[in-house]
Amino acid sequence: MVAPLIDIKDISFEYEQTKALDNISMKVEEGDFLAILGPNGSGKSTLLKIMLGLMKPSKGKIELFGIDAKNFKNREWIGYVSQKSNSFNSGFPATVEEVVAGGLAKKTGLFHRLPKSAHQEVAEALEAVGMQDFMGRSVSELSGGQQQRIFIARALVAKPKILILDEPTVGVDHQNVQAFYDMLASLNRDKNITLVLVTHDVDTVTDRITHVACLNQTIHFHGFKEQLHTMSDEQREAWYGHSVRKIHHIGGSHA
Amino acid sequence: MIEAILSYEFLQNAFAAGLIIGVIAPLLGVFIVVRRLSLIADALSHVTLAGIAGSLYLSQSVASLALLNPLFLGIAASVAGSVLIERLRSLYKHYEELAIPIILSAGIGFGAIFISLAEGFSNDLFGYLFGSVSAVSREDLLIVAAIAVVVLAFIYFFFKELFVLSFDDEYARASGLPAKWIHFIFMIVTALVIAGSMRIVGILLVSSLMTIPVATAMRVTKSFKQTIILSIVFGEISVITGLVTAFYFDLAPGGTIVVTSIFLLLLVIAYKKIMVSLKKGAIA
Repeated sequence: MVAPLIDIKDISFEYEQTKALDNISMKVEEGDFLAILGPNGSGKSTLLKIMLGLMKPSKGKIELFGIDAKNFKNREWIGYVSQKSNSFNSGFPATVEEVVAGGLAKKTGLFHRLPKSAHQEVAEALEAVGMQDFMGRSVSELSGGQQQRIFIARALVAKPKILILDEPTVGVDHQNVQAFYDMLASLNRDKNITLVLVTHDVDTVTDRITHVACLNQTIHFHGFKEQLHTMSDEQREAWYGHSVRKIHHIGGSHA
Repeated sequence: MIEAILSYEFLQNAFAAGLIIGVIAPLLGVFIVVRRLSLIADALSHVTLAGIAGSLYLSQSVASLALLNPLFLGIAASVAGSVLIERLRSLYKHYEELAIPIILSAGIGFGAIFISLAEGFSNDLFGYLFGSVSAVSREDLLIVAAIAVVVLAFIYFFFKELFVLSFDDEYARASGLPAKWIHFIFMIVTALVIAGSMRIVGILLVSSLMTIPVATAMRVTKSFKQTIILSIVFGEISVITGLVTAFYFDLAPGGTIVVTSIFLLLLVIAYKKIMVSLKKGAIA
């Protein structure tokens, strides 16, 4: 049996005295397009950071590709796209090619220069996100949506098996959000890249994902998106902290 | 000028050291600026002052240390300062910038104590504060050259990691790069460059040679590599012009180098403004 790409086993996490995650268990299987949904402060970003090894849980453990996360060495298998506004210095003097090539740093290894094939690999990654004509442009000249595509290309260039995205549409203008999620869906469908996404764009993302996890310190639902309607009103209220509207779509439902 | 350089060893030392510093200070400075660590360079230069003043005091009061090159204790203080800054930054996670005034004032505080304890090195001290054309010894030059080898090797072998870390440190850590270690070595290398550059530019102005040429280059470059190359070009122009002016007019080279680099910055800002308005005019 193939091991899940991410296997979270009973983890908890506290910020000083405040509990952020409580006994979370869930699996991400190959090919999933999972959206983690929840209100502000529900622990979504914390859960992603624990998956990425940026934070250590106070209890429980995580396995990546069947290996304990503490001993997992092939970090290049996991691509990461953070919230743009969080960590990116928008005035940074670098071209799109330089930024995307940065995604090859881990794969290339310490003390080694980037291989000659890097230029071609960057071009392919940019093509996958529809930004092939921007290779020589300065990254600070691009719009929010274009910059996020560049960061996805940076994650894709090392040919990851899974892509983890933390609210990737923050700073992307509303008109481009649809196109952005279409691109993610095609990466999942055509390139078989497993996707884990934290987002608030519930309406936009529902049609494209395969799985949903409803998180608010603990997992209130995790399964196929089509099963989301099986959540009772009490469960929804417990998840979101107040009554949430249930909207039915043809072929699925979401809160 | 060339004849004078060929005739006097002190001028050879000053120019050779200046040319080396003109490369390594802006080269490392690019990473310092984009990582928004410019003020840390200032704090470290003031810690170096404490080391230098301490060394000068010791060489006066302890006979066996009379010939000790103050640069060694300056380097040691600067490296220790860089480690302390990191400790303080992790101690005050939500107020990381607090580390800078703490270390900076500690450096000046210790420096002031050693300066007042020792008497009669005001001439030496002036050279350390603002740089000197005549005070660079062959030993100083060798130390600067050794520091340059360390810096160039560090940048050559860790270039891609340093780039990723500078652009987005959360991404660097998430992708499994040893970000913590690279940052730690980066801080130590920064401390070495500051201590090494101080002989020519002076303690009070050393951070400017790491930041002003970079600020100038960033006005006109698109790529990171261009920024590095142009920063070094601006750094070298500043050092050469500054040293020649200092030699002919008997001025402190730190002052002439920094004023030249400021002049270059203003020139580039004006050039950029003219180009932008010309472009606008062409479009209209």
